[in-house]
Amino acid sequence: MNTFYNFVTGPLAWASFAIFIGGSIYRIWSMIQLAKQKEAAFISYMSLPHALRSILRWLTPFATLGWKENPALTTATFLFHACLFTLVLFTPAHEVLWDYAFGISFPALPQTASDVLTLIVIGACCFFVHRRLTNAQVRYVSTGKDWLALGIATAPFVTGFLASQQFGNGQIMTLLHVLSGEAMLIAIPFTRLSHALFQPLTRAYIASEFGAVRHVQDW
Amino acid sequence: MSILDRKIEDTELNRATASLTPDRIEQVINSVLQGETGARLKAYSETCMRCGMCAQACHYCISHDMEPSYSPVGKVEQTMGLILRKHGRLTPDEVYGMAQLAYTECNLCRRCVHYCPIGVDTGYIISTVRRICHKLGVTPMYIQDTAHSHSGTMNQMWVKEDEWVDSLMWQEDEARDEFPGLRIPMDVEGADILYSVIAPEPKFRTQLIYQAAAILNHVGADWTMPSTPGWDNSDMCMFTGDFEMMGRLKRCHFEAAQKLKVRRIVMGECGHAFRSVYDVGNRWLGWKNHPVPVVHSVEYFWELFNEGKIRLTRQFEEPVTIHDPCNIIRGRGLMDKLREVTRHLCKEVVEMSPNREHNFCCAAGGGVINCGPPFKSVRLEGNRIKADQLRDTGVKVVVAPCHNCHGGLEDIIHHYQLGIHTKFLGDLIYELMEKPEPE
Repeated sequence: MNTFYNFVTGPLAWASFAIFIGGSIYRIWSMIQLAKQKEAAFISYMSLPHALRSILRWLTPFATLGWKENPALTTATFLFHACLFTLVLFTPAHEVLWDYAFGISFPALPQTASDVLTLIVIGACCFFVHRRLTNAQVRYVSTGKDWLALGIATAPFVTGFLASQQFGNGQIMTLLHVLSGEAMLIAIPFTRLSHALFQPLTRAYIASEFGAVRHVQDW
Repeated sequence: MSILDRKIEDTELNRATASLTPDRIEQVINSVLQGETGARLKAYSETCMRCGMCAQACHYCISHDMEPSYSPVGKVEQTMGLILRKHGRLTPDEVYGMAQLAYTECNLCRRCVHYCPIGVDTGYIISTVRRICHKLGVTPMYIQDTAHSHSGTMNQMWVKEDEWVDSLMWQEDEARDEFPGLRIPMDVEGADILYSVIAPEPKFRTQLIYQAAAILNHVGADWTMPSTPGWDNSDMCMFTGDFEMMGRLKRCHFEAAQKLKVRRIVMGECGHAFRSVYDVGNRWLGWKNHPVPVVHSVEYFWELFNEGKIRLTRQFEEPVTIHDPCNIIRGRGLMDKLREVTRHLCKEVVEMSPNREHNFCCAAGGGVINCGPPFKSVRLEGNRIKADQLRDTGVKVVVAPCHNCHGGLEDIIHHYQLGIHTKFLGDLIYELMEKPEPE
């Protein structure tokens, strides 16, 4: 068991990071190459000020028409993403790993706060599942890929919470948490989770068209 | 529900799909996907999270009680989604449905972009579907007729060269009764302005050329119209997916201006033509911007009012509302100028909600009205929300500076018995401006 644990938290973790970073760089690089090769005319319209303006606007809760008219989804989406990034960086157990692996040390969240944020993420995921099942427009277009992405994004938080609560066999739960976290890292460049990589690019493009060419807001 | 559950018989779609085979379909689709699409389609198809937020943006979806097959993402799923899932191997029936959906259930208005966190441009995806349909030879009959007219005559309405010149001379003749000395100058080299219109003006709404001539005469403009092809700025080929012909049309339009060495082109009150010259046709030709400055008449009227060149006898008494045409508002940001001009002309403006770049489309644009009578009910039932919006203002006059919007709004007004009249800005200016005393 210990050998497997050491493998999962050692070589497999490094491999996951390598695939995540390498895969992400490759996906972004190849997408930009494809754009240069096939759509160079459209790259020529890119406008950094309009791109940044739009990205910041869409990063502000309730600042856009889409966010305003979908208050529940907006709340869930922002809470999900904000808590996700906070937990990845500031969970006490993660802080130890950051220190151990990279020698980076910074203040961690109190365990209770970390648990509350994890529950918020799980709550948001439950909302996404519920919405995907009950909202007619979403159900109509949901495919296996959407469920896979949601499952991959949810698993690390459920297992993380259970591990922190010492649920069942603590070591197995921690193992599952690490494995699901690694699965999420690997999945980001190659599944719908790739919106994390491409959203800034697609947003920048449409923002440039709307702002610099059409002289209107894209929100 | 899917598009095939609401199939509408169209002579040309029936004829064209009957000759298709799965092999031919697959070959054409993949030639477009591999040859013409790139990062945009790839990124959109991979990263759309199927959140469904765009459903609330679409007038078709709202007007059908949020039926999911009318939502933007639902429409993409039934067309490009189907293509990508089946790697282009569609049945002729599926191609029929795809064409019906792409040409008649999406106005390419891009309102859904305002709702999408990813920034997916559904208008681009549906335009690509139309491009595939065009390459397969599958387009609805009426709009294809206009595309053929563009090919045959370089205008949308089968107007022959002598008929065009004759129409201008006829309008000049008529107008000289009211405005002695008025000219509709043709082929004046070095004029300040080349005034271009869409072909339905000489064909059906010739009084608009009369009005434009009256206004340009009133402000003392140095203007001209070309007597040769290139006078029509419209572009149905952009909407059928016939991009080769779209390029020829735009080149012809700009060459008419260049040959006459005018300083700029002023376009009549039309929206889609404006989209074609600054967004689509110019890029197809490899021009980052258009080679001759182009202004829409909203912008031109705004200049004239700011320069004090239009002298009004009075303001329009009745309250009016403003319809924001997608292609010049969401497409070119003319919403403030449109309001300033309307406020010069009218005493009271009651705004629709939502408005400006968040406006609801007229459901005629994007070539939808041009698909003709078989699909008229698609527009009427698909835009109940616009009827509600208009009714809620309580006014009886709507200002809409776009031909397609006029067609779409008039049909909706009639269908939902709203008792509202549509006006172009040119209608109001002509009605309210100082005119010579009758002799």
